[in-house]
Amino acid sequence: MPLSWLVLIVLALAAAGYFVGRIRVLKLAGGDVRALHSLPVYYGANVALSAAVPALGVLLLWLLIQPSLIENTVSAMIAPEMIPEGSNLNLVMADVRRVADGLYTAVETGAMNMAQVDALQASADVRATLGELGVALGQDVRPEVLAAAKSYLVASGTGNTARMVVVLALSLTGLVLSMIRTKPDYRARNVVERAVLALLMAAASLAILTTVGIVLSMLFETINFFGLHSWKDFFFGTIWAPNFRGDSELSILPLLWGTLYISFIALLVAVPIGLFAAIYLSEYAGPKTRAFAKPLLEILAGIPTIVYGLFALLTVGPMLINLFGQTGALGVNWMSGATSVLTAGVVMGIMLIPFVSSLSDDIINAVPQAMRDGSLGLGATQSETIRQVVIPAALPGIVGAILLAASRAIGETMIVVMGAGAIAKFSLNPFESMTTITTRIVSQLTGDGDFSSPETLVAFALGLTLFVLTLGLNVLALYIVRKYREQYE
Amino acid sequence: MYDIAKMGTDVDQNTTKISARNVQVYYGDTHAIKDVNVEIGARSVTAFIGPSGCGKSTFLRCINRMNDTIDVCRVDGDILIDGEDIYDKRVDPVQLRAKVGMVFQKPNPFPKSIYDNIAYGPRIHGLAKNKADLDEIVEKSLRRGAIWNEVKDRLHAPGTGLSGGQQQRLCIARAIATEPEVLLMDEPCSALDPIATAQVEELIDELRNQFSVVIVTHSMQQAARVSQKTAFFHLGNLVEYGDTSQIFTNPQDERTESYITGRIG
Repeated sequence: MPLSWLVLIVLALAAAGYFVGRIRVLKLAGGDVRALHSLPVYYGANVALSAAVPALGVLLLWLLIQPSLIENTVSAMIAPEMIPEGSNLNLVMADVRRVADGLYTAVETGAMNMAQVDALQASADVRATLGELGVALGQDVRPEVLAAAKSYLVASGTGNTARMVVVLALSLTGLVLSMIRTKPDYRARNVVERAVLALLMAAASLAILTTVGIVLSMLFETINFFGLHSWKDFFFGTIWAPNFRGDSELSILPLLWGTLYISFIALLVAVPIGLFAAIYLSEYAGPKTRAFAKPLLEILAGIPTIVYGLFALLTVGPMLINLFGQTGALGVNWMSGATSVLTAGVVMGIMLIPFVSSLSDDIINAVPQAMRDGSLGLGATQSETIRQVVIPAALPGIVGAILLAASRAIGETMIVVMGAGAIAKFSLNPFESMTTITTRIVSQLTGDGDFSSPETLVAFALGLTLFVLTLGLNVLALYIVRKYREQYE
Repeated sequence: MYDIAKMGTDVDQNTTKISARNVQVYYGDTHAIKDVNVEIGARSVTAFIGPSGCGKSTFLRCINRMNDTIDVCRVDGDILIDGEDIYDKRVDPVQLRAKVGMVFQKPNPFPKSIYDNIAYGPRIHGLAKNKADLDEIVEKSLRRGAIWNEVKDRLHAPGTGLSGGQQQRLCIARAIATEPEVLLMDEPCSALDPIATAQVEELIDELRNQFSVVIVTHSMQQAARVSQKTAFFHLGNLVEYGDTSQIFTNPQDERTESYITGRIG
């Protein structure tokens, strides 16, 4: 029986349980809802949950565990000497799975029965037979692969039958047990609410587990990388020169320098503009101005970063050349190409303005009106009040906002891919091309290098370093913001 | 209540400090203060009492033009301090507020040190020539705020770390530091416990030697304890204004009597 049918049957049982549970409890209470501990829907929901949740949970676990179990048993059948030259166990197992899938289709569509499958010999033209059924195989099936595929097929057939029996049995048991418990004084509402709580907890832990999963996968690849490449060179070397023939110098420092330099310029643009905008919007602007200016500013945050990248490459870069280039307005010949630290930094700064202004605006608004009244009541002007009372009171929060913006700047990719250039070097000149960690991750992974070479794996080490960096900044920012909040609540 | 209310009647209340004539206040379409006329004496404590929403706080905030910070608020009529109309176009509200200090319902120390809280006003108005001068102003204000002994060892600790009652006395000291002539207090004790209230009331009684104090209060006992004159507001009208002892013992208006005996409000 296919999986979808199994799921549908369980769900149908649950749905039936819902109605029967409701009706049963009402009947037991003699039709008087007030005699029940909970409303009838809770009894119904309780029965439905008992029928569905354990069964579907076991099904899910089964789906996760069965393939790897079968894989292990079957792959034990393939002795190392049977693996052809230039191949490996994984490739052979992929063949086994494809043949097994083909045989399964053959059985399903009625072209063969299990006895015929059993009788199949490698000498018979399995490839042709399966080809007629729409399963294309790249080469003739070797005997050991066919044997493995047969046992694969048998094992998964047994597994699927057992799965169906266990899941249905669980579903029915849950249904019957909860039905027995369904009595007017049963606290169905509490049980259902606990189930909802469990659901909420599952959602929260899923988010956390995903983060852990990402970190772990990065970590393992990074460890692989450090097995192939010296960590001293990675962290303390000064040259970034990947070479796909091997023997590369892969050091993070020039990239880190580019990243930090561009982020610094971005913050130099975003912090004053964003902060001043926030002060105007929260302290001076009337409700009408605020109502249209704030959403307008926040539109900036909704622009895809690739569009900013285009803007950097096609508008800001040429504009800067017109100013600082050889034939530029200033006649200084400082800048030769459109991609530079300044181009990327300025555009990234523009992207961060709404980030800084929106967060700072919220924080400034959170400063109690009593502070402003107190200052105005002492004969301070509005400007004095803002400079000496409101901003100092909001400062920790503003610093937090700036740190959050900084962590975005460090992790930003598209703008620097398009606007910053590709040359890794240490330089203080903002008119030169430079490159960042994120752009190098893109270029290392989009090449056609071998996936297990250090030149590709370095992307994970770079990514992990970047992650640690932004995580540290975020934690620091949240810590500061939270500390500030405590002051007024 | 009688004996308490009697206190301070010997003070000279003949000089008028603030006089309001036909004051109307509108919040948008709401007519919040209707035709208020009142003469407030110098160097005395005047209490505004009345049920919630009667306009007493609104009227108080008119006296230092704090209502200017509310967009929808409009004030008509004249309020004169020392004979000068404070709603005249030539009057800078900022200057006025330096002269007419205000203490708010909830203690609102700035998130700065105790010292900086007090020094805030003098610094803005350039009242101190040098650091020593400023130190002196801070000490004097804290002494007059009756909080010096409690904070003298931790002047550079944050003002927000004090207890509620200490914070409110700090705010009073902060208001005094700018040397105002009038001190407005908007329910200064409503967020305080009885002991802190007693301390603040004692302070208010001392303050009337130097300032004209106007206090809004919900507590009739407090009005009776600290004030020499009392004004009763009801639904935006000034119903009755007179000596505190007279208002509490022999009110002329029926509504005043109902309020102080607890039948309305």
